[in-house]
Amino acid sequence: MPDRREFLNTLIRGSILAGLGLLSGALIFRTGKEGDCGFDFTCGSCSKSKDCKLPRALESRQMVWQLDPSKCIQCGRCATNCVLTPSAVKCVHVYAMCGYCDLCGGYFKPGTKTLNTAAENQLCPTNALKRKFVEDPFFEYTIDELLCIGCGKCVKGCGAFGNGSLQLQVRHDRCVNCNQCSIARNCPSGAFSRVPAGNPSLLKGMGTETETGKLKSS
Amino acid sequence: MSKQKLVIILLLLLTVQATSVFAVQRFPKPEFETGYIQPETQVPSPRTEILAVMDVVVLLLSLSVISWIVLKKRSRNGVFLMSVFSLIYFGFYREGCICAIGSIQNITLALFDYNYILPLTVIAFFIIPLVFTLFFGRTFCAGVCPFGAMQDMVAFRPQKLGSRLNAILGMVPYIYLGLAVLYAATGTDFIICRYDPFVGIFRFNASFSMFVFAGILLLSGIFIARPYCRFLCPYGVLLNWVSRFSRRHITITPAECIQCRLCEDSCPYDAIDFPVTSRNPESRQVMVRKLMLICTLIPFLIVAGGWTGIRLHETLAGVNGKVKLARQLLDPATLRIQSEPFEITAYKSSGKSQMQVNEEASVMLKRFYTGGWILGGFIGLMFGVVIAGRMLNIWRTDYVPNKGTCLSCTRCVDYCPVKSDLSKVNT
Repeated sequence: MPDRREFLNTLIRGSILAGLGLLSGALIFRTGKEGDCGFDFTCGSCSKSKDCKLPRALESRQMVWQLDPSKCIQCGRCATNCVLTPSAVKCVHVYAMCGYCDLCGGYFKPGTKTLNTAAENQLCPTNALKRKFVEDPFFEYTIDELLCIGCGKCVKGCGAFGNGSLQLQVRHDRCVNCNQCSIARNCPSGAFSRVPAGNPSLLKGMGTETETGKLKSS
Repeated sequence: MSKQKLVIILLLLLTVQATSVFAVQRFPKPEFETGYIQPETQVPSPRTEILAVMDVVVLLLSLSVISWIVLKKRSRNGVFLMSVFSLIYFGFYREGCICAIGSIQNITLALFDYNYILPLTVIAFFIIPLVFTLFFGRTFCAGVCPFGAMQDMVAFRPQKLGSRLNAILGMVPYIYLGLAVLYAATGTDFIICRYDPFVGIFRFNASFSMFVFAGILLLSGIFIARPYCRFLCPYGVLLNWVSRFSRRHITITPAECIQCRLCEDSCPYDAIDFPVTSRNPESRQVMVRKLMLICTLIPFLIVAGGWTGIRLHETLAGVNGKVKLARQLLDPATLRIQSEPFEITAYKSSGKSQMQVNEEASVMLKRFYTGGWILGGFIGLMFGVVIAGRMLNIWRTDYVPNKGTCLSCTRCVDYCPVKSDLSKVNT
């Protein structure tokens, strides 16, 4: 006598297996909206991603967290909300954008009288931003990433008074790539997004393909 | 000095239109005369993709090994060793991310948001344990899940909770799963990751509340074996469903049950079903009455749950960022606060109109309305099913592990005095 319960079990098992197969198939091969390649980080929904030879498209499957400096308002939550202490977000200096100012809005507290490296003049709470004389009247600013806590104080200063060459970024040698970034969850301006691991930088003013592409399209 | 004055004038001019930070280079790049070479900005690359593939391979291998240990070797020591390995690899080395439990949210988000790119490894971490469970029972829970492994190691004095308490506490995972899916589908938050208790231990770094939660779970885990797995884990719900139809499953005895009752107290998870022979078979009249009751109860609970869900949908949507922002903007109290919240600052610099914010929030509220209905209905349905399950008496003569709740830890196997399949040897 064929076991009725066993038969039903097999039937349900088969349908669960088929369902799981369909689900994973749909998830792997789903295609989204059509659109030209405006470099706007939506490779996953791009219909051309299969034939696309851009390095980002090739590695578009692995995603990491990054923050967009143009959306960032330097609220300081990056320093406190990361699962890591100190945070995986650090200030990054885009030298190509820097004006090498003597009066650096990122280095000095507002209202500083004498422009020297005295501790009371510095905006950085951890002395992570270093100032070095290059030639009159230019000064080079470098970031000691071991000391930087990603509070964004210097970023705010540089953005308000300078070129905006100091920018906050997730440093991927530190970031553990949580499934849900705990900074992203608390970011007030929605600056955090998942970006392809092949091109994990959203720095402005680096002269990368992202920006040239954006310039061309706009 | 004239340069410095110029700088100050420029500053004054430019602070007025300080809105678009990146549009103009305020201070041109200097032309250096001393041969200064500008350093290059370093961009460290993330973990390579090969290692992500390795995670999937390790997952596949460890699932195969644990299923073989549970079903063929029936060795508790083997399961223990395997769970130590998983705790080290998936827990301390991979720091708990990505895990199968959290992957539910990624899968949900991907189904509802086309622009969300779902890595293949996440699909693998979601599907593979389910497929293995479909064939071998919840061997994933036994020795691959680092959460389970950690709790299993502290279950020193497990107490019986009784079937009623088990059923009541067992409702929590359904609610948790429903909420996790709702919040992931609306793109609000990944609450499983947010309230993940053990990831802080894996990383030796967490907020105070996370450590407290982990501490409570591990300490209560001494007496209530695996509290997270049984009474919280949302992935466990899916594994429970799938495991009920598994092709093979661990058995307490390798041959025939001799009703010695030695295994009765062996299961720390109250997952052994005792023989039910006394009140069976019930009279036809009683059975019909029960069926009628179940058939009316379940639809009633679904509707009641759905109604509650709709009543609560605004509260549920309260944590959504878009809804929160719209409420903050509409709330007259925000204007009176001395320092404005960062959210408002960000909104002002984003250049969105209040209309847009309200529009986004109302779309989100509509999604929560539907979602709240489905969530409430789902919870009602699960209540109904659990109650129905408790009303039915399924005829059972032997001590068998409950295929749904058994975590395949193989503790009961050592209690069984029947050591090999003697009946087969004799014939």
